[in-house]
Amino acid sequence: MEQRKSPVRGSAAGQLSFPNSDSRSAPHNPQRPARFHLSGPPYLLSSFSGFSPAPVQPASLLPCFFSSLEGISPKTISNIGGLHQMLSLHQHIFAAVPRDSIIALPEHDSTNKYGASFQTPGGRLLIKPAEYVELVSSMKPDFWVTLADEVPAWVSDKRNRTSVDRTLRWLDDCLSLNKTGTTIFGSIVGGSSIEERHRCAQEVAQRNVSGYWIGGFGLGESMDERAALLTAVTDNLPEDMPRHVSGLGLPEEVLQGVAAGIDLFDSTYVYHLTLGGFALTFPLERNKGDNADYQLSDSGGDDMKINLKATIYRKDTSPIVESCNCFTCQNHTKAYLNHLFNVHEMLAQTLLEIHNTHQYLGFFCSIRKAIEEGKFEQFRRNFVESRRECLFAAASSD
Amino acid sequence: MALKFEVLGRFNRARAAQLTLPHYLCQTPLFMPVGTQGTIKGLTKNQLEEIGCQIILGNTYHLALRPTSELIDELGGLHKFMNWPRALLTDSGGFQMVSLLHLADITEKGVTFQSPVDGKPMLLTPEESIQIQNRIGADIIMALDDVVRTTITGPRIEEAMYRTLRWIDRCIAAHKRPNEQNLFGIVQGGLDPVLRDICVRGLVERNLPGYAIGGLAGGEDKDSFWRVVAQCTAALPEDKPRYVMGVGYPLDIVVCSALGADMYDCVYPTRTARFGTALVPEGVLKLKHQAMANDIRPIDPMCECMVCKNYTRAYIHCLVTKDAMGSQLLSYHNLYYMMKLSRDLHSSIVEGRFPEFVCKFLQTMFPKGDVPEWVCNAMEVAGIDISSCCREMRFDVDKSSTL
Repeated sequence: MEQRKSPVRGSAAGQLSFPNSDSRSAPHNPQRPARFHLSGPPYLLSSFSGFSPAPVQPASLLPCFFSSLEGISPKTISNIGGLHQMLSLHQHIFAAVPRDSIIALPEHDSTNKYGASFQTPGGRLLIKPAEYVELVSSMKPDFWVTLADEVPAWVSDKRNRTSVDRTLRWLDDCLSLNKTGTTIFGSIVGGSSIEERHRCAQEVAQRNVSGYWIGGFGLGESMDERAALLTAVTDNLPEDMPRHVSGLGLPEEVLQGVAAGIDLFDSTYVYHLTLGGFALTFPLERNKGDNADYQLSDSGGDDMKINLKATIYRKDTSPIVESCNCFTCQNHTKAYLNHLFNVHEMLAQTLLEIHNTHQYLGFFCSIRKAIEEGKFEQFRRNFVESRRECLFAAASSD
Repeated sequence: MALKFEVLGRFNRARAAQLTLPHYLCQTPLFMPVGTQGTIKGLTKNQLEEIGCQIILGNTYHLALRPTSELIDELGGLHKFMNWPRALLTDSGGFQMVSLLHLADITEKGVTFQSPVDGKPMLLTPEESIQIQNRIGADIIMALDDVVRTTITGPRIEEAMYRTLRWIDRCIAAHKRPNEQNLFGIVQGGLDPVLRDICVRGLVERNLPGYAIGGLAGGEDKDSFWRVVAQCTAALPEDKPRYVMGVGYPLDIVVCSALGADMYDCVYPTRTARFGTALVPEGVLKLKHQAMANDIRPIDPMCECMVCKNYTRAYIHCLVTKDAMGSQLLSYHNLYYMMKLSRDLHSSIVEGRFPEFVCKFLQTMFPKGDVPEWVCNAMEVAGIDISSCCREMRFDVDKSSTL
């Protein structure tokens, strides 16, 4: 079972390149350059069943978590030929990250000097750097993130310092165990301490890595404290190396991350929305002055999402979003989706996930466009303000 | 009458035909997947088209509960609601009588169910069933019949058969859209050839667009099963489609086609997929089995479907042991298998190589030659020589005239 995530490129520079590794058995395409050049954002596409009926974009990031691959041994993955082969997604970029915000949450109490502990549906798992590197090498991702000791915001200073020391040590372990010369992102932690964040970032910046993964967020810190912590990290990192953060999912959080210089995001936002029957309705072309739909708030919606389970959609023969090009909006109506959710049919999740992923990716597209036009701050302000307006209007209409 | 049925090829009793329905031009023999609540579990309409599905079944009982036939009608019918461009068939809701019998009360008026959703009583009369199906708008609709399990004996079976005939007249009278929807009658009568004969004659007198053979696929022994099918196909008109309800296993479909049936429906391929079982020419493959965990072959190396072209048994094993969503891949493959079987039956009859196809099918499924006796007997009656597939020939067939 893969995790659904949606990373994206938000920073100003244009390209993220990955070597086209020979170990992949995708058919050789003479047209394709030796390196993947992604001038768009990489993004993530994944579905519960491991395949999606919608046409798939050429470049996607898929975090693959060792714990999600219980039931299939590293050796078998290797025999199949790695992740690209196993999932039959040859055009995609894969990232291997140990943490999965749904099925492999870092269990900081059980993590010890030997390895990182995760709470999974199959129980608690302790993974050591050597085991991790072995698993990653069987998966053959395009890049992978070193093992980290992530702690939530409320741990003691001592525990926090230990997490930084451990993460650095494991980073060095992973680097030395890395025989195949694959692309590695160094992990940076530091909890809610500005000093520790500085320290860790500075240390990792000195290592020979190809990018940075920033962990320890989305584990209990508030959005207000996070801004300073993010910049404490990114201020110490070279400009021209990609930065990837896990655990920031809400659109406002993504905007916050982009402002701090983050390039790649993965989150469970789309997953949770879909589970709840919520469909994203981002007004991707922002029209200030549109009347807020008060009816939406009664059903739990707002100007960004609607609750497809609500009875107001029983007879609604329009697509979720009129102008949306996704498979779901091109083929189905809110009424049909409402019915599918009410009778608990699997197809509801599949169709909604396609739409929500498409919308969320569109959001990242808008961010990129705003950056390229030099209007990011304005974009961010407008977005946050119109959200506040809608919530205020909904509250005052009660 | 809103269909055309043109036989394109034969081999003894077996026939391959073109069935033209309001929404789609179909080729028989064909299998119809069951999309009870307006969807085939987890598969999109594009995938269903890719697989080659021609007709999909919707269940009147479930759809009437949610989202209600009135809503479907208001939104333009089930085709539009689901966005399914091909053909649809709705059953009458009658099968639930058998499956929920301890909650049902059957009288001359109709059937009272207790709704499994909210416990409210629901009365399904022949008129109501047809009205609901008129609102849903499927290409083929089924008469409400009085279904009894074939494992029951006694006067109940005779009562049910006669009632089915009285109800067909009520269904015909209530049917408001005969130029757009085809009402099929259902032959009942249990395992009693005399009752079945009466029922067939009665239905044929009404000159319906098509006929179904009902009351089977409910646990009766295979020997009785094929004999009833053989009797009915022999007695039903040549120029109208024959639908064996609730069938089923690939082997059963091959036998029934040899005996002259054209259409089938069953939840088996999709239900078994949700339990991690794949259909393969040799029989079944259980993906949850530990042995699959390291098997990097596709489900069926000869299968051309999207699943077999892209995924390994090991990967599917890892998915199906987790949750039902992982079984979407198996549903896809299993339905592909059934539709391919349908296509192969049609083309082998049209191209004059039906016996060869049957033999190859049986040899693959029974490599040791242990073809079940009932299959041998049925093929004898169908006039198909399968001696090359069987280790020993059987000669104890009851060739009574009703067959």
